[in-house]
Amino acid sequence: MRARRKGRDLTSVVDNTAQIGAGDILLFCTFRNEDVRLPFFLDYYRKLGVDHFLMVDNDSSDGGRAYMAQQPDVSLWATKAAYGEARYGMDWLSYLQGRYAHGRWALTVDVDEFFVYPFCDTRPLRALADWLDASEVRSFGAMMLDMYPKGPVGETRYQKGDDPFAVANWFDPGNYTISRNPLLRNLWIQGGPRARQFFANKPKQAPALNKVPFVKWQRHYAYVSSTHMMLPRGLNLVYETQGGEKTSGVLLHAKFLNTFHDKAAEEAARGEHYAAGQEYKSYADRHGSDPDLWCAWSEKYINWRQLEVLGLMSKGNWA
Amino acid sequence: MTLGVVMLVHNRFERAAEMVRLWADAGCPVVVHVDSNVEAQVYDGFVKTLDDLPDVRFSKRYRCEWGTWAMVAATQDAVALLLEDFAEATHVYLASGACLPLRPVAELCTYLDRHPDTDFIESATTADVPWTVGGLDRERFTLRFPFPWKKRRLLFDRFVRLQQAVGFKRRIPEGLVPHMGSQWWCLTRQTLEAILGDPRRGLYDRYFKRVWIPDESYFQTLVRLHARRIESRSLTLSKFDFQGKPHIFFDDHRELLSRTNCFVARKIWPQASLLYRSFPRAPDPALAAAEPRTGSVDRLFSHAVDRRTLGRPGLYMQSRFPTQNRQNGFAAAPYAVLHGLDAVIPDFKTWLTRQTGATVHGRLFGKDRAHFADDSTIYRGALSDSARLRDYNPQMFLTNLIWNARDTHHCFQFGPEDHQKITTTLADDTMASIWVISGAWSVALYQSGWSASDIRTEAARLQRIEDKFLQTLRSSHARARINIMTLADFVEAPMEVLQAIIDDIAGHRGTALTDVPQMVDLTGLPSFLQDLKNQGMHPFLTGDITTQQVDQTPKSRRRKPYIVSGK
Repeated sequence: MRARRKGRDLTSVVDNTAQIGAGDILLFCTFRNEDVRLPFFLDYYRKLGVDHFLMVDNDSSDGGRAYMAQQPDVSLWATKAAYGEARYGMDWLSYLQGRYAHGRWALTVDVDEFFVYPFCDTRPLRALADWLDASEVRSFGAMMLDMYPKGPVGETRYQKGDDPFAVANWFDPGNYTISRNPLLRNLWIQGGPRARQFFANKPKQAPALNKVPFVKWQRHYAYVSSTHMMLPRGLNLVYETQGGEKTSGVLLHAKFLNTFHDKAAEEAARGEHYAAGQEYKSYADRHGSDPDLWCAWSEKYINWRQLEVLGLMSKGNWA
Repeated sequence: MTLGVVMLVHNRFERAAEMVRLWADAGCPVVVHVDSNVEAQVYDGFVKTLDDLPDVRFSKRYRCEWGTWAMVAATQDAVALLLEDFAEATHVYLASGACLPLRPVAELCTYLDRHPDTDFIESATTADVPWTVGGLDRERFTLRFPFPWKKRRLLFDRFVRLQQAVGFKRRIPEGLVPHMGSQWWCLTRQTLEAILGDPRRGLYDRYFKRVWIPDESYFQTLVRLHARRIESRSLTLSKFDFQGKPHIFFDDHRELLSRTNCFVARKIWPQASLLYRSFPRAPDPALAAAEPRTGSVDRLFSHAVDRRTLGRPGLYMQSRFPTQNRQNGFAAAPYAVLHGLDAVIPDFKTWLTRQTGATVHGRLFGKDRAHFADDSTIYRGALSDSARLRDYNPQMFLTNLIWNARDTHHCFQFGPEDHQKITTTLADDTMASIWVISGAWSVALYQSGWSASDIRTEAARLQRIEDKFLQTLRSSHARARINIMTLADFVEAPMEVLQAIIDDIAGHRGTALTDVPQMVDLTGLPSFLQDLKNQGMHPFLTGDITTQQVDQTPKSRRRKPYIVSGK
C-alpha cells in the first residue's frame, strides 16, 4: 500500500522494462549524485550476470541521470521526493519490485555495494539463482563489509570507471558482533572499522551490517529497513541455528574513498539517512578531517575464498 | 556390441537435443521420453530438431511427477521400444537430458565389452544403507503414498504418520527383496528382457505403483531376480546433497570431473558451456582403460554437506548462529581462564608464556580495557581493546578472539575486579579450563598498605563478586573443566598447582617445572586477614592461612609426586 502511494513520486525517465525476460535477474538501486561511481557499478554487475537494471535517481545534480539514461539495459525513474520519508528509498524500490520482480530473482544494492558470493569468479549470478531455486531457498544473505584504504581516506583519488577496491582493499577480518532480533528473526550484525573507530563509545548505535540483498521476489515481499531485514520475516532466516552454515555472501562496501568526505558533509546537512543522519554526523563531527581506518590487523582483500576461510561468508553446501 | 540409450527429458531441450545428437553420432540408438507436462509446441520443436537422426525414437509420453510410478512406466515403455526397434542393441544406458558423457562413448562400449554379461546398477538392501532423506527407507516398501511429496507435503507426512501409528504394513510380493540405488543404470538386453517379460510382472508392477520413489527401487530390486552378474555401482557420476537434491556441476568442476574417469556425469548446469565444450574428452589411448574413480568428488561433496550440517565450531557469523543449547562448546579452541594467579605471582603472564608457549593475555575483561597478550590497542582480527565495545557483547568478543587466533592456546587472567558479564559463558563452555584461587584478591589489598578498616568495604565487595562467580561455576549447567582452590590451598602447595596448569595448557609438551616463579611475599597476610575479621568482615574465600604456610624461609619441602585430580 505504502509503496504504491510512494510509487506515485516516481516519474519514468527511460522505460526498457519490455526487455525483461521471464527468468531474468534484476538489479534495483537508488542513487543520488553518484555519477563518478556508476560506470564501474554497471560494469561490475553486468559481468556478474545482471540482466536488467531498475534504477531510481533521487534528484541528482550531476551527470548521473544522463549517463544512466543512455544505457540499453537500464530502466530509469526519477524523483525529487525526500529520501528519508520514503524509508531511505525502499518505498520506491518496493513499488518497482512489486511491479517488475514478481517471480524473478532481485538484487537490491546501493551504488557503493558490490555483491560477492561463493564461486562468483567462476559462476555467474544465474548459477547461484538456479542453485538456490533447486535448493528451495528464497532469500540469500550477504553481510556488508566495509572496505578502506591504507592511509587517510581523503587521500585516495577515485576516478570515474576505477575499481574502488584497487585502493580501498582492506577490511576488518574478525571483530563483528551478532545478536538476534526476536521480532523479525533477523541477525543484527555490527562491528568493523566504523564500530571500532567511530562508535567505540556508543556501540549500540554502530551501523547494522546484516543484509538480505538477493531474493526470489514475490509481490507481497518488502524490505523493512534498507535491505537489512524483510517481511515476511521468514525471509530473514538466512542463517542456521543448529550448528551448520547456510550459503552466504558479502557486500563489499566501497564507502571509504575520497568521495566519502563530501558525502558525509552533504548527508549530515540533509539529515535524510538513518536516525536523521546520525551516522554521517558522527563522521563529520569527529573525523570530518580525514579518518584513517587502517590498523596492523587489517586484512588485504584477495578474493571470496579468503572471506570464506576467515568465516565472513560461507559456501554452505554449494560445492 | 551396441549400446542403446534411453533418455528421460523434461526441460532444457537445447542441451537435451545436443546430448541426443552426441549419443547418436557415436552410433547409439536413442529412445527419448519427454514428460507429457511439456507443451505440444515445445515437444514438436524438439522432435523436429532431431528428425535428421535415423536411429532416434520417441516413446509414449507420461506425466512424470517426482517420486511416482510414471517415471518407471516411462522407462519400461522406452526400453521396450528400444529393444524391439533396435535388435542390435545389447545394452541399455538410462540417462537424462542433464547427463553428459565425460569420456568417448567408444571407451564406454569397450568397457562394457570387457565386462560381459554384467549389469551396472547400484542396488543395495535398505537395511544396509543410510542414504535416504526423510527417514523413509524400509517404509518406502511397506506403506502407501497416495499424496505427492513435493506438492502436498503436510498431507504426505500426516498420512505416513497415521500408517505408522496404526501399524499398517503392505505385504511385499514373495521372492522380492527390496533394493535401492541410483536411478541411472546400464543393463544388458538379457536382463531387461527378463524383467519386462517376467510372468509375474503384473504383480510386481501393481506393487511398485504404490511404493515411494519406485524409480530408485524397481529395477534395483528386480535385477536381483534376473541378472547373471551385478556390479552394484552406477556408471553415471551423480551425487546428492543433504536434502536429497542432486549436486550440480559447473564450469569450475572441469578438472575434477576429468580426473574421475567416469563415463557419464550429472547434473550438468545447462549454461556450463565450458563443460559441454570439454566433454566428452578426446580419445586418449593412455586413459582408455582407466577405471572410474569418484573419491575426489565424494570428498568435495561430503565436505559441503558437513559445512551445511555441522559448520565450523566456534564460528559465529551471518549464516551460522547456533542457539546455545545446540552446542557443547562456544569457542573454537580450548582456552584457560586463570582466576587470581596474577595476584599471587606478579610476573605470572611472562612466566606462563615462557613455560607453555601459549598466548597469555592479561586481564582480558579489565574494567579499563582489554589487556591483550601483546598489550596492543588492536589485536588479531582487528579486535579493539575498548571496554565498551567488548562489554556490548562480551561473549562474541571472546569467541571472536579465539576464532581469529584458534591456532594458539589462549589463556587469560581474570578476577573479581573485572567485568563479570562473561562468567556464565565461561562456566558453560566445554572449551574452557578454569583455575580459581579464591580469595586471591586479598593479596592486592594487603599489598596496598592500607589498613584493614580502610578497605573493608572493598574487600567485602570483591568477595561478594567472587562468591557469585564460584556459584556460577558450581551450578549444574557448568560444563567447563573447573578447578577451585582457596588461597590457603594454593600457598600450601603452589608448585603442584602450577605444574597441573602447565600440563593442562601445554599437554604432552609440558615439562617438569624448573623455573619457579617469584611469589608475592605473604608474610603479613595472615595478620591482615585477621584484622579484616576483627573489623567484622570475614574473608571466608581465602581459606585458613597460617603464618607457617607463608613463611618464606628456605624451602626444604620436597616436591611431592604430582597427581592429576579431576574437578
